[in-house]
Amino acid sequence: MGRPIVLQVKDLVTKFYTLDGVVHAVNGVTFDLEEGETLAIVGESGSGKSVTMLSILGLIPSPPGKVEEGEALFFSEDGQGNLLKMSPAELREVRGGQIGFVFQDPMSSLNPILTVGEQIAESMTKHVNMTHEQARSRVLELLSKVGIPDPELRFNNYPHQLSGGMRQRVMIAIAIACSPEIVVADEPTTALDVTVQAQIVDLFKRLRDIMGMAIVWITHDLGVVAGLAERVLVMYGGRVAEIALVDDLYERPLHPYTHGLLGALPRLDSRESKQLASIKGTPPDLMIPLKHCPFAWRCDYAFDRCWEEIPPLITVSVRHQIACFYDMEGGRPRDA
Amino acid sequence: MPEKDVLVRVVELRKFFPITGGLLGRPVGAVKAVDGVSFDIRQGETLGLVGESGCGKSTTGRAVLQLQKPTSGQVFFEDVELTKLSREGLRRLRPKMQMIFQDSYASLNPRHSVGKIIGEPLVIHGLMKGKELEERVAELLKLVGMNPAYMRRFPHEFSGGQRQRIGIARALSLNPRFVVCDEPISALDVSIQAQVVNLLHNLQEQLGLTYLFIAHDLSMVKHISHRIAVMYLGKVMELCDRNALFDDPLHPYTQSLISAVPVPSPKVERVRQRIILRGEVPSPANPPKGCVFSTRCPVAIDECFEIVPEYRQVGARHSVACHLVKPDG
Repeated sequence: MGRPIVLQVKDLVTKFYTLDGVVHAVNGVTFDLEEGETLAIVGESGSGKSVTMLSILGLIPSPPGKVEEGEALFFSEDGQGNLLKMSPAELREVRGGQIGFVFQDPMSSLNPILTVGEQIAESMTKHVNMTHEQARSRVLELLSKVGIPDPELRFNNYPHQLSGGMRQRVMIAIAIACSPEIVVADEPTTALDVTVQAQIVDLFKRLRDIMGMAIVWITHDLGVVAGLAERVLVMYGGRVAEIALVDDLYERPLHPYTHGLLGALPRLDSRESKQLASIKGTPPDLMIPLKHCPFAWRCDYAFDRCWEEIPPLITVSVRHQIACFYDMEGGRPRDA
Repeated sequence: MPEKDVLVRVVELRKFFPITGGLLGRPVGAVKAVDGVSFDIRQGETLGLVGESGCGKSTTGRAVLQLQKPTSGQVFFEDVELTKLSREGLRRLRPKMQMIFQDSYASLNPRHSVGKIIGEPLVIHGLMKGKELEERVAELLKLVGMNPAYMRRFPHEFSGGQRQRIGIARALSLNPRFVVCDEPISALDVSIQAQVVNLLHNLQEQLGLTYLFIAHDLSMVKHISHRIAVMYLGKVMELCDRNALFDDPLHPYTQSLISAVPVPSPKVERVRQRIILRGEVPSPANPPKGCVFSTRCPVAIDECFEIVPEYRQVGARHSVACHLVKPDG
């Protein structure tokens, strides 16, 4: 504790109005992010982890998507603002400037007909009033900062001339070009091979140490998170299931879902080949608005109350919150 | 000839895809997807085949089953040389060797009911029809942990994990001895992956199946395999028992691959030493001279850039292709 808060999200609700019905993608998400902190948002497909961050950045395609409730306060040197209430022009100022982002698929995020250098320079000439000459030398500096060999040569390359790992490095260069307060990384290593993934994770750690920005790392991979994040937020069915400091989450998971997820992971450093502890059933259908815990169907500990109301996020110890009526350590339901 | 307990023997398997160019579409080169791969799979065991994208692991799986005609090399199954069989001869053996695919969306016909999908192999091989067929399909659905009533439903009504179960039921319909699992869980969520892996494991014990398990996720491969082969750019770099591979990896590529896989424990991760490899996998159309790993190898010597290292046995049940690893004794 102690570091000032840079982003505060409260009761975020996002829905998609599709022809088949309403998809309840995010159903009341609350969390905050400290300056320079690395927060991982972990969840399976459909858990709402990406939609949460896209909602905050105003990147939800609308229609069909709509951010219905909540606020996302962003604190910067120029004061505070609610990202959800900003005009598109104001939001464009923040995005790519004070908040950078890196997506999973660098090929479809980069413009195929602009050179790498032009794309990185674009964000700076737009956001920080640089001349083209200034931007060019800054781009070369950025390219070597993100570990791209031969910056002079690569400046004039098009995205298709680069490998997947190199493209992701270009995306990272764009994200950090304007020295952002926050970098949002949405599954940045999922499409990459494991040896290249290790390179990119290593790069993020180095950049974080040099530049001190906060990172929101969205992923389904609890392995990568263990070595990178300071705090972890676990999402399920569009809600926060558990949020804790990284050591607490792995050693003392208090939500049955987190507990199950960690048990379902095979570990490279274990010798025995026992059965994996799988979680029965499948994730909830988001078309149906829930009046009870979204995990109740799959939970071994569910009791009456879990089927009657939605568990609120409660604080169980220092910086450790869960949304569950059951006390796993005590082996009984929590007092109502 | 294969030893007694060897079910599948692969010898110097090669699969090249031609690159054509010019006006006449003449071959101007070749992508060496699989370039001289040899291994045995014993009856009842799981051989894991790992590697990064483009290393040729899936092509190896398909070439072993003769779904893609190998360019050269031999594949033996139950002492029969598959690579010499006619189409008809292969067709007669097909029931014994089946495949589970990665993408359960693409590999299940959306217009067919689940019952028709699972029963189709039995119909094609003329083994069953009518009531008997229906009973067998119901039995197969139960075997993979699904409700037999689902046979009247269609693939789109199921989640990814359930669709993968349907694919497994289809592969098992003909009572195969050998199943190639090509990335069967990569498209699934973590909590569902464990369900499918446990199912495959239980089926192996129940039915005495032999698996070739192809995947890029080293932790999962280690979990399910008895022995593991590590591939890089069309070649097997190292092959040994699962625990030996992780306790005593000999090839520099295996070492760096293991070091790159994160362990889900913050305490372990904090003190782990990483070998971060330079660069990325070169193109299989233009592989490096000498050892294919030489361009990224942290310990390569002059020899590695010139001479292809021989793939040889260096210990009991441990083979490796590296100039720097000397045989025991």
